[in-house]
Amino acid sequence: MQLQFYALSQNESFARVTVAAFIAQLDPTLDELTEIKTVVSEAVTNAIIHGYEGDPSGIVYINVAIEDGYIDLTIRDEGVGISDIEEARQPLFTTKPEMERSGMGFTIMENFMDNIEIESQPGLGTIVRLKKHLALKNALCN
Amino acid sequence: MSLTIDLEVKQDVLCIRLKGELDHHTAETLRSEVTNAIEKYDIQHLVLNLEHLTFMDSSGLGVILGRYKQVKQKNGEMVVCAISPAVKRLFEMSGLFKIIRLDESEQYALQRLGVA
Repeated sequence: MQLQFYALSQNESFARVTVAAFIAQLDPTLDELTEIKTVVSEAVTNAIIHGYEGDPSGIVYINVAIEDGYIDLTIRDEGVGISDIEEARQPLFTTKPEMERSGMGFTIMENFMDNIEIESQPGLGTIVRLKKHLALKNALCN
Repeated sequence: MSLTIDLEVKQDVLCIRLKGELDHHTAETLRSEVTNAIEKYDIQHLVLNLEHLTFMDSSGLGVILGRYKQVKQKNGEMVVCAISPAVKRLFEMSGLFKIIRLDESEQYALQRLGVA
């Protein structure tokens, strides 16, 4: 499933609700749905605030694939990029404290997903790849 | 789905009831409404009732921390109540419970602050 939209804050809820609707076919638990919605919200918000620095003409791209009970989620922007990824991943680190950013975005993504890969180049943009294995509760019922 | 903000002033306590979703998009309105109320009514303490909050992400943590700092400057305190397990996880992850008290209900929080 592919999705692309302008970097407007009102599209954050659209993005997380759409991804949640797509993965509903896997019959996820409510906790899993909340986790997926939260990480989509975090990555999309990062793209809007940090990637495009509030420029609404930027485009955010989301790709979701489902494979063997795995969700493969990619959120990409063509914004300013991250110069120091390790620093950006530190809990509570933020480049925009004046905007009351908590610096918890990547920490939440790491906690709620099984795997995270961040690829970024200053001036070219950022790609965040997230993977999560869903508990197959149906198998237990059969 | 957006965010509905209900504010009630009880002496020096501002009771903030949130309904809906708190993200980057809705955080700005919450920030300005609460900031204005703190100044206008000379508020010292905040009670944040999250019973009807259906979604929150790290933008919510940021705006909550910002309001905590605001009342802390006036030697006030901030209490959150009626929080969901999902929101609780975010609070725990960020260490917010070290500075913000958790109460079971709004009634209990208001009683403890002496304005029930």
